[in-house]
Amino acid sequence: MLDKLKIPERHYLNNGHGLASWLLTKDHKRIAIMYLISISVMFFLGGLFAVGIRLELATPQGDFVQADTYNKFFTMHGIIMVFFFLIPSIPAVLGNFLIPPMIGAKDLAFPRINLLSLYLLWFGAIFATVAMVSGGVDTGWTFYTPYSTTGSNSHVVPMALGIFIAGFSSILTGLNFIVTIHRMRAPGMTWFRLPLFVWAHYATSLIQVLGTPVVAITIVMVGVERALGFGIFDPARGGDPVLFQHLFWFYSHPAVYIMILPALGVMSELISTFSRKTIFGYSFVAFSSLAIAVFGFIVWAHHMFVAGISTYAAMVFSFLSFSVAIPSAVKVFNWTATLYKGAISFETPMLYAYGFMGLFAIGGLTGLFLATLGLDIHLHDTYFVVSHFHYIMVGGAIMGYMGGLHFWWPKMTGRMYSEFFSRISAILVFVGFNLTFFPQFVVGYLGMPRRYHSYPDEFQVLNVMSSAGASVLGLGYFLPVITCCGR
Amino acid sequence: MSNAVVHADAHGHAHAAHHPALQHHFDTMAQQKEAVVVGMWVFLLTEILFFGGLFAAYMIYRMWYFDAFAEASRSLDISWGALNTAVLIGSSLTMAMGVRSAQTNKRIATVNWLILTMVLGSVFLGVKVIEYADKFEHHHVPGYNFQWASAHPSTSLGAGEAPAAGAEHAAPAAEGAAAAEGGPSTAGHRQLALNAEQLQLTTQIYFSLYFTMTGLHALHMIIGIGIMCVITWMSWKGKFDDHYYTPVEMAGLYWHFVDIVWIFLFPLLYLVERHV
Repeated sequence: MLDKLKIPERHYLNNGHGLASWLLTKDHKRIAIMYLISISVMFFLGGLFAVGIRLELATPQGDFVQADTYNKFFTMHGIIMVFFFLIPSIPAVLGNFLIPPMIGAKDLAFPRINLLSLYLLWFGAIFATVAMVSGGVDTGWTFYTPYSTTGSNSHVVPMALGIFIAGFSSILTGLNFIVTIHRMRAPGMTWFRLPLFVWAHYATSLIQVLGTPVVAITIVMVGVERALGFGIFDPARGGDPVLFQHLFWFYSHPAVYIMILPALGVMSELISTFSRKTIFGYSFVAFSSLAIAVFGFIVWAHHMFVAGISTYAAMVFSFLSFSVAIPSAVKVFNWTATLYKGAISFETPMLYAYGFMGLFAIGGLTGLFLATLGLDIHLHDTYFVVSHFHYIMVGGAIMGYMGGLHFWWPKMTGRMYSEFFSRISAILVFVGFNLTFFPQFVVGYLGMPRRYHSYPDEFQVLNVMSSAGASVLGLGYFLPVITCCGR
Repeated sequence: MSNAVVHADAHGHAHAAHHPALQHHFDTMAQQKEAVVVGMWVFLLTEILFFGGLFAAYMIYRMWYFDAFAEASRSLDISWGALNTAVLIGSSLTMAMGVRSAQTNKRIATVNWLILTMVLGSVFLGVKVIEYADKFEHHHVPGYNFQWASAHPSTSLGAGEAPAAGAEHAAPAAEGAAAAEGGPSTAGHRQLALNAEQLQLTTQIYFSLYFTMTGLHALHMIIGIGIMCVITWMSWKGKFDDHYYTPVEMAGLYWHFVDIVWIFLFPLLYLVERHV
């Protein structure tokens, strides 16, 4: 039914075909497409490292790669996926493409800055690639000091520089969205008529603008410490590595909401569209986005319950971390109420939306486990944590991204995807995802620590399940590429 | 494409909606200006948080290593810092005058004020170079050659006889020297609770933060001077008039922001607990 879409004679895709017409464009739609291609490449790269990790963990012995190489695998997987895929994914692709038309603007407020932020992402990726091919980084994506500044013999400085630059890409995108949403709305487009997608991006942009500079300066401190021998985080010189963790998580916890909030916005659009109802409790859903953004900034120290912060501080942060569940639950309950008595149809985007709700619920509830002080001491740095954040960041953010990409694919390209294959891929992703990460909850609860390249024999069954699930998941992610290119 | 000129008016007194500087995706000059102003303030917010991480680190270490910070801050030359503060506040004034001139169509005056601002900014950077050179001379640059002899290297422990790299070995000797130093040269100061080895470690943190903070500030000044070169050139070319002077104003906001950062850095780094 949607096979023949009416599109204008001359549109953004055929408005100039040369390389320069794309690379020098200031059109938000073309920039969004270039982002789509760039982060797809990064997703593929990050996925390759994930394959390496799962291959190594298929057997209890460290027989596929050495421990050092394995450290570089999970570090590169984390860095690429977090900084170069998840953070730019929905805002830079769908947000860039859709926010101006959704609010009735001709373009984002600063088209040139928009292009600049794409270039910055590329420059960041180049530095990261230089660090990668010149030997890799083995610090973990968190760059914990003093290992990253004095212990590690890997290429921390170019990698830190790459992340620093990519951070500015994120800041500029957020800045552009904030100004656009504030100043470019068409007459009559009041705040409470904005699509929830736009509200979610507004909340996301606030985090990008307020959080990213802090991690940027932290990375600068790591860089000068490593390159010039400063002693800000080095305990041997009176510095404090826990300070690094505070500064790092002050950004990197909110960064989780940079990844998930846009997905929540996509979800609100998908669920109301495919149940043919207006969203239940619009203003609650809108404000819950802002509430998640605000709460996101005051929960960072739950990453540090075992890092030597005071018991009282830990209790406060534990309590605050629980409170993030409130706005998250507001959203899920409102979606459920929207679905209630709706005329639900199970097209591909809706399948992703359903998958999202399941995975987000599991990820959110296990977050409560980890926010509980006593339980966290048992679960800290086990595969339970790995599984939890994959459920939120991958299960949540990528399901939202894939759902949104399918939903708006016809608008973005003028072509329809294959409904049949896309439904299969949505189901494969859901099944593969659960098969990959649910066993990790169990194996983590049983005590398997993260970041080890070998493990006791009794964990093998669960790890083989996980590796098998990863191949299903990979197929599920790859199928849309084949079906889209094939048509 | 997106910069397509809507209507270039030869007289330069175009109606606001048809001003040559109006970009195609804005409806009016007022909307364009509002967007730019909001964008600039949001950017400055990110800058505050950018420096905020350093200020947080400074706050924590100052609480922990109070004596070391007091000791180290006395080694900075307050007169250079005061001179720089005056220079920078002066440059804020000239910048504000430049913006005012742009708003009132005074092209040559705008260019002159901007050039004066750049000169004052360069004076600041020049003084900073002198101060940094002094730090290099006294081995006060953190890193592998860092040495902390005393607050006033000339008065007691000469730089030459100060402990070499590796504080552990030199600690006993330096400790005695530091204790002796507590007498005449720092008369009236509170007795330090730290020995030489601890001072060697913790003053290094102070200088790590000193160099990161002032270095980042100086980098912002260099960028600011670069921006101002462009603005001055555009101003000379007559790009601005009383309908369109946003770039000058935004460069001014940036410059004032950089000044304000220094207004915090100066007391924190130079004046803090000097009397202790």
